[in-house]
Parts: sequence; structure tokens; C-alpha cells
Amino acid sequence: MTVSPLAAWSDRLAALAPVLDAAEVPFRSQLTVRVSDPDAIAAMGSTLGVGFPSAACTFTSGTGPCGDVEVLWLGPDEFLVTAPPDQQVTIEEVLRGALGTAWGSVVDTSAQRTTVVLQGPRVRDVLAHGCSVDLHPASAPRGTCVQTLLARTGIVLQVTGDDRVTVLVRSSFAGYLAAWLVDACTEYLAVP
Amino acid sequence: MQLIPCPWCGPREEAEFHYGGQAHVAYPEDPSALTDEEWARYVFFRENPSGPFAERWSHNAGCRRWFNAVRDTRTHDLLAVYRVGEPMPEVTA
Ligand SMILES: [Zn+2]
Repeated sequence: MTVSPLAAWSDRLAALAPVLDAAEVPFRSQLTVRVSDPDAIAAMGSTLGVGFPSAACTFTSGTGPCGDVEVLWLGPDEFLVTAPPDQQVTIEEVLRGALGTAWGSVVDTSAQRTTVVLQGPRVRDVLAHGCSVDLHPASAPRGTCVQTLLARTGIVLQVTGDDRVTVLVRSSFAGYLAAWLVDACTEYLAVP
Repeated sequence: MQLIPCPWCGPREEAEFHYGGQAHVAYPEDPSALTDEEWARYVFFRENPSGPFAERWSHNAGCRRWFNAVRDTRTHDLLAVYRVGEPMPEVTA
């Protein structure tokens, strides 16, 4: 049986409600794409049905032949394509086909990170305990995607709604991050 | 903590960055022609100015790209940042 990195934390994360609705979304398909050729980037976007983000620190999302797909900007020639579980083989083939003979790479990195969705009116306050990026809606609107540090561990953070973020964290750091989240929420939880 | 403006990601905490020493140190055109002393000067000898200094920085925890910055070594002020391949901008310290 495959156990997700935060399977042992599901009860403790659920107990953070109503301060934070926190839950792991395990086993998402993730592919790291390195490409700088604009034609290849456009071709990859059109085969997925989701254009690749053109601005730094943003992500795009949509539905296409491979289902619901998000494309995250990680660097000027680096993207992360994410999708529901068990899509990685299909998407890898589709993207490699679109890359053609252009310089680049498509690598399945699904096991590298797990996904945590955080939602609630306190989400920014909790994250501010360990993340220096300004997450105020004026500077981090929906569609923002930043690679940064949260409590000294590397994360990819997507702003997906008004009070909703998705955090991608390396699988081996996920337990540490969950423990940190539980601790950071303590002061907002009602005293029993 | 000091914020460093990554040319790709914008201002980020200093802890996200890695220092890479003096910028614009050209690799010798014909390394094998260098004497031991000339090679040692290329590998080990760097400027140590009091004032503006062009340096390499890497945004380790972010976009993972190297870039250049002009930093005033007296104040730790970052006077300018620019991408690899771009010329060093004029700065007034
Ligand atoms: Zn950066």
C-alpha cells in the first residue's frame, strides 16, 4: 500500500478548523519542464489546453485533453505542470511530443513534493509566522505562485483564492511543515 | 532581515540567497598558457573595495537563478541588481 507523506497528520491537520481548513491532497501528478524556446512553450501550452505563464511568479490553470492542469512558473526557463493523480505518464508523453526537437526536458517529479491546501480567514496570519513574502491580496492576488521558504523549508506557494493557498512541500519535509503549522495555529485556536 | 531584490522574483528575504563572490571575473582565454602564479591570481585573488562592489548572488530558495548585484560594502546597501549577461549599471554610492 502506498502511504502519502502526510497520511499520519490528517487528524491533527483537520483539528486546526475553524482557524484553518488544512488537508493534504496526495499523489498529484507533477512534471518539471525546462524549456526556453518560445515556440516550444506555446506548443506545450496548446497541447495541454492551458497556456504557460508568461509572467514571473504566477501560475495558469484550466481544463484540456489531460483534464484539470495547472502550470506553475518556477524560473525563467522552468515550469511545474501539476494535475490529478495518475496523469504523469500521459502528460509526460504529450509534453515531450510538443517539445519536439527544441532544447528542453520534461521530467516526472510527482514523488518529490506533496500538496497541502490551506483555507480560512487566518491563512495569511498563520503563514506570516514563517514566511516573509507579502501575501496581502494587493501584492499576491489570485494566480500568484512563489517559490520561497516557510519556516526555513523550501515550498512552492500558489494563491488559489481570497483566503486559500496551495503549498507544495518536499515529501521528506512534509511532516516537519505539518508540525510547524499545528504549532503556528495554536494561538488562534480557542482555549478548551 | 534585509530584503534582496531578485531581478526575476522581486524583493525576498536574504536567507533565500547564496553569495557567489566577485562578478565579471573572466575565465582565462588559454588557461594552459598561464603560469602557476597567474592561475593562482585567477582562482584566488579578488578585489576587496570599500564601496560599490559587483557580486554574484544566487536566488537559491526561489527561482534558483544566478544574477549580479552591486553592493556597497560599507553599508550593505544593494545599489543595483541585473541579470547575467547584462552590463553593470552605473551606480552612485
Ligand atoms: Zn528569484
